[in-house]
Amino acid sequence: MGIVEAILLSVITAATPLVLAAIGELVTERSGVLNLGVEGMMIMGAVSAFAITQITGSPYIGMFAGVACGALFSQLFAFLTLTLVANQVATGLALTLLGIGVSGMMGESFLGMQGVKLQPIAIPLLADIPYVGPLLFRQDIIFYLSVAIVAGVHWFLFRSRAGLKLRAVGDSHASAHALGVSVIRTRYLAVMFGGACAGLAGAQLSLVYTPQWVENMSAGRGWIALALVVFSSWRPWRLVAGGYLFGAVSISQLHAQAFGLGIPSQLLSSLPYVATIVVLILISHNRRMTLINTPASLGKPFVPDR
Amino acid sequence: MRIELEKRAKVSTLFSILSPFIAFLLTIVFGGIMFALLGKNPVMALYSFFVEPLSEVWSLHELAIKAAPLILIAVGLSVCFRSNNWNIGAEGQFIMGAIAGSILPVVFYDWQSPLVLPLMMLMGMLGGALFAAIPAFLKAHMNTNEILTSLMLVYVAQLFLDWLVRGPWRNPGGMNFPETRTFAVDAILPEMIASGRTHWGFAFAIIAAVLVWFMMRYTLKGFEISVLGQSERAGRFAGFSSRRMIWFSMLLSGAFAGLAGISEVSGAIQQLRPVISPGYGFTAIIVAFLGRLNPLGIVAAGLVLALTYLGGEAAQLSIGVSEKVTRVFQGLLLFFVLSCDTLIHYRIKLIFDRLTATTSEGSR
Repeated sequence: MGIVEAILLSVITAATPLVLAAIGELVTERSGVLNLGVEGMMIMGAVSAFAITQITGSPYIGMFAGVACGALFSQLFAFLTLTLVANQVATGLALTLLGIGVSGMMGESFLGMQGVKLQPIAIPLLADIPYVGPLLFRQDIIFYLSVAIVAGVHWFLFRSRAGLKLRAVGDSHASAHALGVSVIRTRYLAVMFGGACAGLAGAQLSLVYTPQWVENMSAGRGWIALALVVFSSWRPWRLVAGGYLFGAVSISQLHAQAFGLGIPSQLLSSLPYVATIVVLILISHNRRMTLINTPASLGKPFVPDR
Repeated sequence: MRIELEKRAKVSTLFSILSPFIAFLLTIVFGGIMFALLGKNPVMALYSFFVEPLSEVWSLHELAIKAAPLILIAVGLSVCFRSNNWNIGAEGQFIMGAIAGSILPVVFYDWQSPLVLPLMMLMGMLGGALFAAIPAFLKAHMNTNEILTSLMLVYVAQLFLDWLVRGPWRNPGGMNFPETRTFAVDAILPEMIASGRTHWGFAFAIIAAVLVWFMMRYTLKGFEISVLGQSERAGRFAGFSSRRMIWFSMLLSGAFAGLAGISEVSGAIQQLRPVISPGYGFTAIIVAFLGRLNPLGIVAAGLVLALTYLGGEAAQLSIGVSEKVTRVFQGLLLFFVLSCDTLIHYRIKLIFDRLTATTSEGSR
């Protein structure tokens, strides 16, 4: 395998958790809910995937545990913001803070343990295509899932009736409610999907990216995923492009560190965060375009009148 | 069973006072359950977590030291949150304030004068405010979401501090440890009372809380903050500029966080290290909400959250649970605070079946 392929492969591995967490949040936000707890759900997914893998010995069971844990954890946010109409920004922050705390405690006994890596699965025939095969068809299951989820979300949002309803809830919850769509139930499900995706992204971190448990190992990826959703203007395929761009940035800083070049490693490590800010500026400085793209009910509480 | 909310005709005064207490009580109950699940005696555990740290003079001083940055940051954040500006990067502003304030004692360590300390404090405030100016500028003039930018800048500040103390600012006589020189006497924030370590940072926090309380209650600026926070449109009709408010609230909270940073470094740590904060900037968000965004409430809330830091350390020593329990407690507390706040604006009804639903409908 050449150096170019190796780099591209590492870009894909770095981008997958970003794409996964962001696509889940995209669906949540399309339903009009802003969940800032992505980082917390992701780290909960990471720790439970790692823990269950250690206990059962199977990274696949671990992966499911990560998904389940993310989905379950997100329902705490959903209950507060949807049933109790608590402030979404504050509750999202609370979810992140709680997730970091609980994961730190849960993971304490797993610190320093050797992890089990999810092995790549070669897809017959396709895996033998030169260049493309090893990159795209000799991957772990979470990568395949990420592609399938993005395609599925695109189909769901723009081709299915349920997706149309979900977008209606996000754009005008009052109208959707008047038409008989259950706003609260739709939003519960959308938040749960977001949590499941963030949990899967976390599982990718502790089972593929660096197969071990390190406290705070999501390192702000949940927040970058939130920025990605804005970057994508709430469109699934643009989100993938953005995710891979960010994957490339974070990998390029690792490679630059390996080469030395005399640049302080801290400056390189800050690149993904600075890049996030720059991208946010570029995408949102046009106020009118932002208004058109943003789901109109995003972050607004809904109390059905009876 | 379903839960339904019914909007109160009037904000409930009773619950706006009670809700932080209910939240704290629920946190303790849940904390007890958690300790029981960990196989500890919940009463013993809670005692060592919440009561033991209050039983000795030196630990009361530790409480004040930890509460000082929390209160100072949270008071600034309350102005932001009330005006609907979500500065969640106070941790970064804290660090940059600490760095800017440390320029004098680290780079110009030969200069000794009674002026050093006041200048350090001013530079700390300036450093924090300038760092907060970045998300402020981006929100006010580039329409960029301040939540994400202010948070991203936390990582940048942490890495910058890391680079400084490992690189140019490392103590030349420090055996290669990643830390700066220890500050000279002139650069150390003195103790307030003879009985212990509490430094003047605590006084700064109390003064800031009183000043902001006065501003919110008795000045036009305070009114402007609440109006713009509740309805930007109404504020515009009153002639208030939401753009100027972004600048005002972000610079104010940045300056407070910066002052907290330099006070902590100068008063408690007395040098710069790669990590100078156990997450004060984030915990202050919880303090702000537990204090119901009221500066005087925040003083009380700051003491409670400071207690969770001490309690974590105490519980680790006496009953052998991880000090990470602290973060769990803090997270739980914020969750309960946010859910109890619902009681202020709504009546919560539990509906068990269709029949009761219709009767409650009929009785209205």
